Amino acid sequence: MNDRPHSPRLSPLANLILARLREFYRQPEAVFWVYFFPLLMVVALGIAFRNKPIEKITVDVVQSDRAEEIAESLATDARIKLEMYTLDECRNRLRTGKSDVYVYPHNAQAIEYFIDPTRPGSIVARDTVNRLIQVAAGRADPVPTVINEVNEPGGRYIDFLVPGLIGMGLMGGGLWGVGFAIVDMRIRKLLKRFLATPMRKSHFLIGVMASRLVFMIPEMILLIVFSHYVFGVEIYGSWLDIVILVFLGAMQFSGIGLLVACRAKTLESVSGLMNLVMLPMWTMCGIFFSYERFGPSFEPFIKLLPLTPLIDALRAVMLEGASLVSLWPEVLSITIWGLVTFALALKWFRWHD
Amino acid sequence: MEQAITCRNLHKTYPGKPPVEAVRGIDLTIYRSECFGVLGPNGAGKTTTIEILEGLLPASSGEVEIFGFNWQRHAFQIRQLIGVSLQETQLSERLSVRETLQLFRSFYQDGLTVDQAMQRVSLTEKSASWVKKLSGGQKQRLAVACSLVGDPDLLFLDEPTTGLDPASRRQMWEIIRDFRERQKTVMITTHYMEEAERLCDRVAIVDHGKVIALGTPRELIASLGAEHVIEFTTENLTNHEADFEWLEDMPSVDHVDRDADSLRMTVSQPHVVLPELIEQLSRRDQKLASLTTRHASLEDVFVNLTGRHLTADSEQS
Repeated sequence: MNDRPHSPRLSPLANLILARLREFYRQPEAVFWVYFFPLLMVVALGIAFRNKPIEKITVDVVQSDRAEEIAESLATDARIKLEMYTLDECRNRLRTGKSDVYVYPHNAQAIEYFIDPTRPGSIVARDTVNRLIQVAAGRADPVPTVINEVNEPGGRYIDFLVPGLIGMGLMGGGLWGVGFAIVDMRIRKLLKRFLATPMRKSHFLIGVMASRLVFMIPEMILLIVFSHYVFGVEIYGSWLDIVILVFLGAMQFSGIGLLVACRAKTLESVSGLMNLVMLPMWTMCGIFFSYERFGPSFEPFIKLLPLTPLIDALRAVMLEGASLVSLWPEVLSITIWGLVTFALALKWFRWHD
Repeated sequence: MEQAITCRNLHKTYPGKPPVEAVRGIDLTIYRSECFGVLGPNGAGKTTTIEILEGLLPASSGEVEIFGFNWQRHAFQIRQLIGVSLQETQLSERLSVRETLQLFRSFYQDGLTVDQAMQRVSLTEKSASWVKKLSGGQKQRLAVACSLVGDPDLLFLDEPTTGLDPASRRQMWEIIRDFRERQKTVMITTHYMEEAERLCDRVAIVDHGKVIALGTPRELIASLGAEHVIEFTTENLTNHEADFEWLEDMPSVDHVDRDADSLRMTVSQPHVVLPELIEQLSRRDQKLASLTTRHASLEDVFVNLTGRHLTADSEQS
């Protein structure tokens, strides 16, 4: 018995993938969140960090005979915003964070600086103010120096950020997309209904993962192209390597999504679990800032998290032009995470309510 | 006759505090090309039993064979031979009828074409409609079509007409009869006695996880001893506690049941009982509020066996 020509028989796996894709693109709000939300995020963060204004240094001077003289020596630096107050006012302003430093010219010889050592801005302010005062008083640097400011593509914050956002997008898309879909089908007893057919369980899980890959690869390419044209983000490595990494990353997080959702019975429990899984990675894996800031004792742990090697590899390819071959430990880690979580999900999967 | 389903000494206990014994020793033999009904109130263990037979739930103990295969070793073969319609499955809302059936068809080696399946359940016109646009009855027919599309030899239907309007229910019965006429086997659970009487060759009445009666609907009704039921109420029925014992002594009366608001007599010859009943009532100054006579049904069998109604609030915790 054959179907009519316009409905050719496809394999069960192809049918499962097709069904997921149809369900996805027939839901306009899901398409919006998947494709436009990450772009909005790049726009928002890109604008927020693109033209970082040069930071002002707020300096207070205690009103006294020498205050004018000090003000003059500091006037040569445009970053300095200088104001004069009484000693009490100066003390208060520093304490409440309104100034970075106050200068107390307490007699003819010595000048005292008051700073808050826990604030980096305060220390920078003291050094700057001190240098200007010393230079005005006649200090000459023994070694001549020249400072060149570098602000080329590749070294800006937005260049650092885009690979992080791709990693974050793959993580969120894989976990939410797969996790919610699975639990939703479990609640609707559709999983149980499928179990009652001769469908292979692995086909079903592969179908869910594969349909996710089909959504995510164009999503990420869109994001890269967008940030290239809007913010001038360049890719120094190969496009093919990026696509392979995005594919592997999507596979890895779809596998983790399957595992997280493999037993959950309600949407509440699966979203709690997913937040639990994602929270350490959001904060620690270097999406927004380098994970080296957590210090060397945390690094081995951070490197075990599945998002870290993905973002590291994406940055290496995009910013440093590294080849995938040189990134084999990262690629291996991503692949293992994907395969192991898939296998465990298949083993522990709950088909019933 | 060749056996389609056999199960012996089936038990299912759900863990918990206290554990729930949903099925407590069920034996059934269902023959090829018969329509077998499992009738019982909500919570009787019908769904648990059918899901064990469908291979969806493991039994706590007992044996199940489907066409001579067992679930531990031949699950894949059995699944090619059976069609299953669960009590409530929400199919994907954004797939069309045709796409849903194509998906299910792809799981089976042999089967109907998607068009044949749509024809069998009269959904051809809805072929391109999304599932979410279908009415309750159409959704239920699509669910059954999904279980027919693999052209099964044995069809399991778990309460296929619950919640449907009378017209949709009759349509569903037609689909099941059409399937039966192809010499195929059906196992259906229901709590509608009318459904069991109309569709089933044999019925097992289940209560508290056990089969309490088994036979053809006619045999079961005959077991009441009398085939007619007279049901009546009087205006002051609730005030008089023990005033109706005389009913049992009337000729041709087999059995009397009393509810809060009505009396039910199983009788063999209503034309003998009725004049006598009316005379006796007026002699005792009892005014009739209502009176009906009808053929005895499986409902009466259930009431006779358990003292409870099938459809009333009979769920037991």
